[in-house]
Amino acid sequence: MQSSLLWQAASIEIFIFIAACAVMLADLFLSISWRTRLHWAVIASLWVAAAASFAAVGNDPIVALHGFYVADGISNAVKGLILAAAAGSLMFSRHALRVNRIFNGDFLALVLFSVLGMLVIASAAHLLSLYLGLELMSLCLYALIAMRRENTSASEAAIKYFVLGALASGLLLYGISMLYGATGKLNIADIAYAIANLDETNTAIRAVLILGVVFTVTGMGFKLGAAPFHMWLPDVYQGAPAPVTLFIAAAPKIAALAMMLRVLPQALPLFVNDWQQMLMVLALMSLAVGNITAIAQTNLKRMLAYSAIAHSGFIVLGVLSGGGGAALFYVAAYALMTIGGFGVIVFLSIGGRERAELADMRGMAQRNWLVATTVAILMLSMAGVPPFVGFIAKLTVLESVISAGFIWLAVGAVLLSVVGAFYYLRIIRLMFFESAPASDNKAIVLRPSATLLLAAIAILVVWYGLFPGDLLTFFELAASTI
Amino acid sequence: MFEFESIVFYFFAFLTLSAALGVILVSNPIYAALFLVLAFVASAGIWLLLYAEFLAMVLVLVYVGAVMVLFLFVLMMLDINIDTLREGFWRYLPFAVIIAVLFAAEIILVLTNPKFTSVVGDASAALTDDNTRALGSVLYTEYLYPFELASVLLLVAIVAAVALTLRRRINTRYINPATQVQTKPTDRVRLVSVTKESPLQFSSPSNDKKGKTSCPD
Repeated sequence: MQSSLLWQAASIEIFIFIAACAVMLADLFLSISWRTRLHWAVIASLWVAAAASFAAVGNDPIVALHGFYVADGISNAVKGLILAAAAGSLMFSRHALRVNRIFNGDFLALVLFSVLGMLVIASAAHLLSLYLGLELMSLCLYALIAMRRENTSASEAAIKYFVLGALASGLLLYGISMLYGATGKLNIADIAYAIANLDETNTAIRAVLILGVVFTVTGMGFKLGAAPFHMWLPDVYQGAPAPVTLFIAAAPKIAALAMMLRVLPQALPLFVNDWQQMLMVLALMSLAVGNITAIAQTNLKRMLAYSAIAHSGFIVLGVLSGGGGAALFYVAAYALMTIGGFGVIVFLSIGGRERAELADMRGMAQRNWLVATTVAILMLSMAGVPPFVGFIAKLTVLESVISAGFIWLAVGAVLLSVVGAFYYLRIIRLMFFESAPASDNKAIVLRPSATLLLAAIAILVVWYGLFPGDLLTFFELAASTI
Repeated sequence: MFEFESIVFYFFAFLTLSAALGVILVSNPIYAALFLVLAFVASAGIWLLLYAEFLAMVLVLVYVGAVMVLFLFVLMMLDINIDTLREGFWRYLPFAVIIAVLFAAEIILVLTNPKFTSVVGDASAALTDDNTRALGSVLYTEYLYPFELASVLLLVAIVAAVALTLRRRINTRYINPATQVQTKPTDRVRLVSVTKESPLQFSSPSNDKKGKTSCPD
C-alpha cells in the first residue's frame, strides 16, 4: 500500500479536533455569558467543515497516513452529511440544552469529539482506524446521554446503550479478528485483494471468512439499529434528553451507513451473496418490526425511534442492492426529517415539561399552525407520500433494489411501508381533526428562531421532494468515485 | 532429558494453571484477586519464552501494576458478604455443568478438527529479536494515525469522566486555598502582653476576612 504520510488530506479531521480542544479551553476561561457565542462558533465551524467536505466530493481519491485514511467521493459526501447533521441538531437544541442544564462546554466538546469519530469512520481505509473511530463516536454518545445524572431514565438509557454498544463492538471486533486471521490483512483494499487471490480449495479459510462476515454484519446492524439488533434504540431515544436524542438520531446513522459501505462492498466484494442474504433478512425484519411496533406506541419519541428502525431497513436495502448513491440520498433525507421531527419535540418542551406524548399533539393545528403544518409535512414525507423528499428517497432505493433483481424484496418493502403510513397519518389526524384537552389548550408561542428553523426544515423537505435532481446526481457522483 | 527451556515453560504453565484454578476456588475475593496477579505474572513468563518481551512487560505493568491494583482497591472498599455469594450454589450447579460440558465439547471439536489447523500460522515468525524496538519504530511512523486516534480516545475518556462526575455542591463549606496560603500569622494570633495588674483587653484578630471558611457562589 501507499506509504506516504500526506497529513493534509485529513485537514477536516484535524480542524474538528482543534475545534474540540479550543472549545474545552474556551469553556474553562470564558465566562458563562460567552456560552451562546461559543455554541454559534461551533455551529459555524461545523458548517464550514461541511462545505469543505461537500466541495471535495468530485476530487480524485487520495490514500494517506500510511494507508489508514482514504478521501474518496463516499467519504467526502458522508463527512459533509455528518457535519451538516451535527450542525443542524446543535442549531435546534440551543435553548433546550439550557433548559436541561447541559448547556456547557463539555457537551459541545463531546459532540465535536463524537463527530470526529464519525469522520474517522467515513474515511477509514483500514479496519483499525474504522474501529477506533467507532469507539470514539460511541464513547462520546454514552457520556452525552448520561450527562443529566439526576435524571434516572437518562442514566438507564446510557447504561443500556453502553452495555449493548460494548457487545456490538465486541462482535464487530470478533468478526474483524476472523477476517484478519483468514487473510492476514487489516487494510480494506488488501483484504479484498487477499480474498480474490484465495486458494479455491481451501474451505477452512472460507468458513472462517464467512463467520467473520456474520459477526461484522451483526456488529454493524447493532450500530445502525436494524432489527433484530434494535432493542436498545427505543429506550435510548426515549430516555436521553431531547437535544441529545436529536443528535444521536441523525449523525451516527450516517456514520453507520459509511461503515457498511466501507466494509461490505469494498473489503468483501467476493462474498456479496453471503452478506446480501443477511442484509435482506435485516432489512425486512427492520421494516416489519419498525412499522408494526410503532403503531402501538403512545410516546412520540418512542414512535420516532421505531420509525428510525424502519428507515434503517431502507438504508440496508440501499446497501445490499449496490446503490451507494441511493443509500446516501436516503440517509440524507432521513437525517433532515429526523432532525425536524425531534426538533419539534425539543421546541414543544420549552415550558419545562416535555410534550412528547401523542396526546400532547391533539389540536395542535389550533394551538400553533406552523408546528402542525411542519409535523404534517414531516410525517407525510416519512411515510413516503409524494411530493416530499421521503418519497423520492424511498423511490430511488426501490429503483436500485429492482434493478438488482430483487422484485419480491421491493414489493415487501412497499407493503410494510403502507403499514407504517398508519401511524404517521394518525398524528396528522390528532393535530388537525381533534381538539386539545381543556386543561392544556392555550396557543403555543415559539421563539422567532424556532419558527424560522421549523419553516426552513419544512421548505427543505418540500424543495428536495420537488427538485431532487441535483442532490441525486451529486450522491451518485460521490458513490461512483471510489 | 528436558531442555532448559521446556522446564521453564512447564514451570510457568503449571504456575499459570494452578493460579487460575486458585482464582475460582478460593472463597476470599482478595485471595482470588491475588491469585489472578500470580496468573498474570506467570503468563508474562510464557510470553518471555516466546521472545515477546514487550508484551510480557506490558502485561505486568498494565494488568498487574494498574488494573489489578485498582481491582483490589475496589474489592477492599466493597463490603462483600461471602455467604450471600454462595447462596444458590447448588441450585445453579446443573446449569453450570451443562454450560461447562458444552464449552469443553466445543473446545475439543475445534482442537481436533483438521480444518482449523491450516488456518493457524507460526506466530513466532513475525517476531524479531528486539520487538520493543520494532514496535517503537512503527508506532510513531506507520501507525501514527491509529496511535493518535487512541490518544484522542483517552482524552475523551478523561473529558467524559470529568463531565459525568464533577459537580458543584451548593451546601458544602470549604476553605479557599488561595486566601488560606496568603494569611499571615498576625491575622490569626494577636500577642498581648499580660501583666498581673492590668485587666485584659480582648479584641478580635485584625483581618477577619482572610482564611475564613466561605461558601461558594
